Amino acid sequence: MNNKNSHNQSDFKENLNKRHALGNWFYFVLLACMLIGMFMLSALIIDLAIQGKDWLRPELITKYHSRIPEQAGMKSAIVGSLIIIALTGLFSFPLGVGAAIYLEEYSPKNWLTSFINININNLAGVPSIVYGMLGLVVFGRMFGLFKSDSWLVKLLNLPVGKSALGGLQFNLFGIPWLEIHLPFNQSLLAGALTMTLLILPVVIISSREAIRSVPSTIREAAFGLGATKWQVISKQVVPIAMPGVLTGIILSLSRAIGETAPLIIMGAFTYVPFLPKSLWDKFTVIPIQVYNWITLPQEKYRVHLAAAGILVLLAVLLSFNAIAVFLRKKLEIKW
Amino acid sequence: MTEEANNSNIISTRNLSVFYGSQEAVHAINLDIPRNKIVAIIGPSGCGKSTLIRCYNRMNDLVPTARVTGEVFYNGMNIYAPNVDAVHVRRQIGMVFQKPNPFPKTIYENIAFGARVNNYQGNMDELIEKSLRQAALWDEVKDDLTKSGLALSGGQQQRLCIARALATEPEVILMDEPASALDPIATLKIEELMQELKEQYTIIIVTHNMQQASRVSDLTAFISLDRTRVDDRVGVLVEYDLTQKIFIKPAEKETEDYISGRFG
Amino acid sequence: MARELFEKKIKQIQDEILLLGSMVEQATLDSAKVFKNRDIPASKILVEEDQSINDKRFAIENAILILMATQQPLAHDLRMLASMLIVTNELERMGDYAKGIAHNTIRLGSREIPAPVRDIEKMAELGVSMLHRSLSAFIKEDIKCAVSLPAEDDEVDDLFNKCYRSIVNGMIANPAIIDDSSLLLWIVHNLERFADRVVNICERTVFIKSGEMLEMDGSNDESDVDF
Repeated sequence: MNNKNSHNQSDFKENLNKRHALGNWFYFVLLACMLIGMFMLSALIIDLAIQGKDWLRPELITKYHSRIPEQAGMKSAIVGSLIIIALTGLFSFPLGVGAAIYLEEYSPKNWLTSFINININNLAGVPSIVYGMLGLVVFGRMFGLFKSDSWLVKLLNLPVGKSALGGLQFNLFGIPWLEIHLPFNQSLLAGALTMTLLILPVVIISSREAIRSVPSTIREAAFGLGATKWQVISKQVVPIAMPGVLTGIILSLSRAIGETAPLIIMGAFTYVPFLPKSLWDKFTVIPIQVYNWITLPQEKYRVHLAAAGILVLLAVLLSFNAIAVFLRKKLEIKW
Repeated sequence: MTEEANNSNIISTRNLSVFYGSQEAVHAINLDIPRNKIVAIIGPSGCGKSTLIRCYNRMNDLVPTARVTGEVFYNGMNIYAPNVDAVHVRRQIGMVFQKPNPFPKTIYENIAFGARVNNYQGNMDELIEKSLRQAALWDEVKDDLTKSGLALSGGQQQRLCIARALATEPEVILMDEPASALDPIATLKIEELMQELKEQYTIIIVTHNMQQASRVSDLTAFISLDRTRVDDRVGVLVEYDLTQKIFIKPAEKETEDYISGRFG
Repeated sequence: MARELFEKKIKQIQDEILLLGSMVEQATLDSAKVFKNRDIPASKILVEEDQSINDKRFAIENAILILMATQQPLAHDLRMLASMLIVTNELERMGDYAKGIAHNTIRLGSREIPAPVRDIEKMAELGVSMLHRSLSAFIKEDIKCAVSLPAEDDEVDDLFNKCYRSIVNGMIANPAIIDDSSLLLWIVHNLERFADRVVNICERTVFIKSGEMLEMDGSNDESDVDF
């Protein structure tokens, strides 16, 4: 190539072949990484499918656990999981989004706020079993405040139950169906609250991201039109951030579905031969049911039913994620 | 501040200075804006033009480190007095920004927003039509007001933002480089629009495009760095006069150098 | 460093204006000479050569318009370019005066009539000297020179009045030479107007610098009538 400028052409050693070869080599390395991951995942799913496919029958969904494998199902676990997830979503949405709005829009930029931020980030990484213990002590047993011999009971002369566990039961404002049990013991309510605590840090973090991603020009424009801070937040920022917030919550819930340890710790049962009728009832969830089956000696439970149970769990998970993706696409704002 | 001056000047600043933390950004600005005129604020980048214009509708309040001293009189009332509500000021002094920023809503909702947050009691449809007509956008969008504001072209979006600002029935419209993100044809449309709006409103425009300032404005203010404070970057008002005077025979050499492109 | 291209182009136009000025100066001095010598062939050449003055004028005007369109001059630059347009126009008119003198020389042919030839030559020399210095002051924006130059117009005006008197007296004394003498009147009139236009150039010089239009008309001006 003839070049009129004064650079000595031999100063550029170009090395085209070597550079392209390096690029190609890396392409294959990266491809291999991806394939390894995919392979492992597919191997797992294929194995599960093989082990469990014969047992994916209606009985799985319509029957409770039984000592006879052919009649065993996970009806109570499925219902329990769905109720727990629904309640967790219900509790974590206002708490998480509210906290996120406060932290992003209202809190002053001082050391206290930074301290809170660091702690929230840390909490997101705390092992879930710790949340189980938290749930047990705070919600399940309420620090033993309602035991027959606690100082509170003695002080206020509370009408607790006769046994050593005590426990207060009353109707709020005297309304028959507004029954309150203190402490929450091993109920759906306690389980949902425990899971709420578990996913709350992540919900807060992802909601903050969603709120932060609302362009500041939108806020400026809204303020410029004479809106108060609350009007700007409620009428512009939150609606625009909502797709991101919802996606964050749904993805957090789909993680919560698979959590086993915290619920075991706070006291979910493994054998629940009935469907829960109220918030205060005992419950079980799919992962616990599967865990239970895996520990049984019979191969039909240990291998096949467990595999079938995991497939059900994966199906629920996938549908949650599909909903999240669908919502995100539907509500996305094309700037 | 005489009564007479109050009546002919809709906004006057007295000794207005703005600090970001301990750094002074603009110093002791005294500027009178007469009613129903277009005033252009020109000057090199980073000298405080945007900072100044944002004092007029208290948008600087939104910056936590910003501190304003001095007075800004709007119709004789100091908008920085302790008992004055910034929200109230902003309904009457509207703003259009550099990059068109319509809300991700329908055209109708975009314009209705300002009216709604201020509790507009009148006929919303009429207000929307009036605002769009004044912004010279009605004919282009009247067939479908449910279209998203984001689906319009850049020039149309900016006119939508102007219509949105007009919907709160302000007296003054602040424009911070409104055409700098637009192509020449859209720019000219905005400039023509400003001439029409002048009859009913007072317009203050910040622009770094001198030809635009000379085409569009009645008065021009030149803001530049204070030469006497070499270590700081503080903006001061160097010259303020009729546009034709500034661009044909400016009084200050600094102004002359800037507009002839011989700065620095 | 700022606006180097602009400055360069302005300098080019200024050089062209000075060139046009020297063409006009030469033409004026030549026109006085061919009149003195009644050199008809040379007069004809002079009339033709006015075309090159016109051409140069349009070339300069075009260059200025291009500069205004492409460089958007403001303030001092604007005043300067606008003044250059006007001065170029003045120079072209002054070139026309020289052409007019040559034209009348042709018309007079070789007929003998009493004429203040010496004074006419003097008027031309004075006018040309004034033009030369005024153009220099215009380019350099020398206000001092520009303000002091118009006073010299008085001398030209005095010479004009003297010539006018003597020609008119000649007409009264000998009515047969009225036609030819009126040609002489136009010649001295052109030279007087020449000096007036130099004063205009001085006014423009002050305008560029200060933005003020200062009227500097001398005391003995005639009305603006050209041939």
